[in-house]
Amino acid sequence: MTPGSSAASASSTLEGANIEARVDIAIVGAGPAGMAAACSAATAGSNVVVFDDNPSAGGQIWRGLGGESSEASESARRWLRRFRRSGASLQAGSRVIGCGPMPKSLLVESQEGVRVVPYRRLILATGARELFLPFPGWTLPNVFGVGGIQALAKSGLSVETKRVVVAGTGPLLLAVAAYLRTHGAQVSVIAEQASFGALAWFSRHLLRFPSKISEAVQLQSKLFGIPYCCGTWVESASGDRRVESVTIRQGQHRWIEPCDYLAIGYGFHSNLELPALFGCEIRRTAVIVDGLQRSTVEDVYCAGEPTGIGGVDLALAEGEIAGYAAAGLLDKAVAMQPARERWRRFAVALEGAFAPRPELRSLPQADTIVCRCEDVSWGRIQAKTSWRSAKLHARCGMGPCQGRICGPALEFLKGWGSESVRPPIFPTTVGNLTELEMRSSTDRGAGPRQAAHDPE
Amino acid sequence: MREAAASVLLTVNGEAIRVKPGVTVAAAILTAGQTAFRTSVSNQPRGALCGMGVCMECRVTINGRAHQKSCQVPCAEGMVIDSE
Repeated sequence: MTPGSSAASASSTLEGANIEARVDIAIVGAGPAGMAAACSAATAGSNVVVFDDNPSAGGQIWRGLGGESSEASESARRWLRRFRRSGASLQAGSRVIGCGPMPKSLLVESQEGVRVVPYRRLILATGARELFLPFPGWTLPNVFGVGGIQALAKSGLSVETKRVVVAGTGPLLLAVAAYLRTHGAQVSVIAEQASFGALAWFSRHLLRFPSKISEAVQLQSKLFGIPYCCGTWVESASGDRRVESVTIRQGQHRWIEPCDYLAIGYGFHSNLELPALFGCEIRRTAVIVDGLQRSTVEDVYCAGEPTGIGGVDLALAEGEIAGYAAAGLLDKAVAMQPARERWRRFAVALEGAFAPRPELRSLPQADTIVCRCEDVSWGRIQAKTSWRSAKLHARCGMGPCQGRICGPALEFLKGWGSESVRPPIFPTTVGNLTELEMRSSTDRGAGPRQAAHDPE
Repeated sequence: MREAAASVLLTVNGEAIRVKPGVTVAAAILTAGQTAFRTSVSNQPRGALCGMGVCMECRVTINGRAHQKSCQVPCAEGMVIDSE
C-alpha cells in the first residue's frame, strides 16, 4: 500500500511514520465556511476531510450545537444536519500546526501525537479571533472576550445571577447580551464604542438585508430594559485578583459600574497564520482570493473570515464556492457568486460603522500589560518603532500565543503589520517535533516522498 | 463502551467537583469558583480570556500534562486539574 493512495482509507505506517492516506480535499476549520465547503465538495463524491481543533463542528458561532440544542438558529441546525449527511469526515480535536514534510501535506496534531496528511486540494477556513485592545485592568481574571464569555457559557460556565458589563463594538455585543440574559445573567449595561451617527448610518444599510432586520428585532425584545449606550467605552477595570468594577466613559462623562464579569471585544481579526505559512498572498489583513476563492498558491483555496471579516452569511457563501470549485464543479461555484457579492456589501457596512475609535489608543498606561504572555507593558514598547524591535528588545509577542493577541492590538495602537509566520503555528511538545524531524529524514531516504506523487 | 454518565467527577486544585458531561475544563474551573488559572511571569493571576483556544491564558496541568488549553478540553471522569 502506498501512503499516497487516495483510495486507501486507513492510515499506513511506514517505518514508524504515521503518514495517512491522501485525501482529495482537506479543509482546515469546521465553522460555517469549512462546513459549507465540505458539503459542496462532497457532492461530487470527493474524499473530503475536515480538521478542527475544537471537540465538535460549528466553529465559534455555532459552538456546542453538536446535540442540535434548541438554542440553535434554524440556519445553524440546517447546516449541521447537512454537514453530518454530506459524507465529509470530521477530525475534531485535530489542530493543523503546519505544512508536512512533503509537498501538499498537512501536519496535524491531536492527543495521539502528530501525523502527516497529504492532500490534492486544500481549503483554508481558519476563521477569526476577537480583537482585544489593552486598557488598565484588562488582564484581571473574569475579564473575558464577548465571544469568549459566550463560548465559555456554551461550554458549561453558569452565568446565572452574575452581573455582567458587555462592552466593545459590533452586533455581537447585542447577541451575547441577549444570550447571557436568557441564561440568567444580569446585564447591567451594553457599552458600544461606535457613535450614534455611525449606528444610524449602519441601520440604513441594514434595510437592504431583511434577514438581518428580523434578527435585530428579535434581539431587541430579548434586551428590553438593558441600557444600550453608544459612543461609550470601558476605560479601566479594577478589583482584587479579579474584576470587581469597571470605569465607563461616555463623552466627558464617567461612571463606575460594579460587575462580576466584564465581556469586552472590539470586533475580529482573521486567523492568517496558516494561509501565511502556506504562502498565500495577504493584503492588509485578508488573504487575496479570486472569484473561485483560489488563493495565489495553486490548489489552495481560502474561505470565510481569512479573506476579510464578513460574518456568517458571507462565510457560508464563500465556503460553498470554494467547495464546488475545489471539486471541479465550476458552474455551481459561479452560481453562488451573486450571494457572495451581496454579503460583501454587508461586510463593508459593518466595517465602516464599527471601526474602533481613536480614543481607544490612549487607554493603555505605562504599566498596562500589552503582551499577556510575556507581561510586556505599554511603557516598554511605546517608544519602539517596529514590531520587530518590540519583539527583539522587549520579548513582546514571543510567548505561547505567538502574538495572536498583542499583534492585532499593536496593529491598531501603533500601525504595525505582523511579521512572517514560523511553524509550528501552535505550541507543540518537543517530543512531537523530534518525532517529526526523524520522520521527515526517514521519508527522504525511504521513498514516501515519491509515493505521495503517484500518477493521478 | 462507557455509558453516558449523568455527571463527571474531577479534582480542581485538590477540590473535588462534579460537572455535567460535555463541560470543558475551563468552565469547570470557573464553576468551582476559581478565577486564577495560572500565574503570569510577573506573578499576576490570570484567567480564561478568549474561550476559543487562542490566547493561552487558560492553560493548566491536566493529569500531570502541563500547558493544556482548558477551554478546548472536555472534562473526563477522574481528571486531576492543577493551575499553573
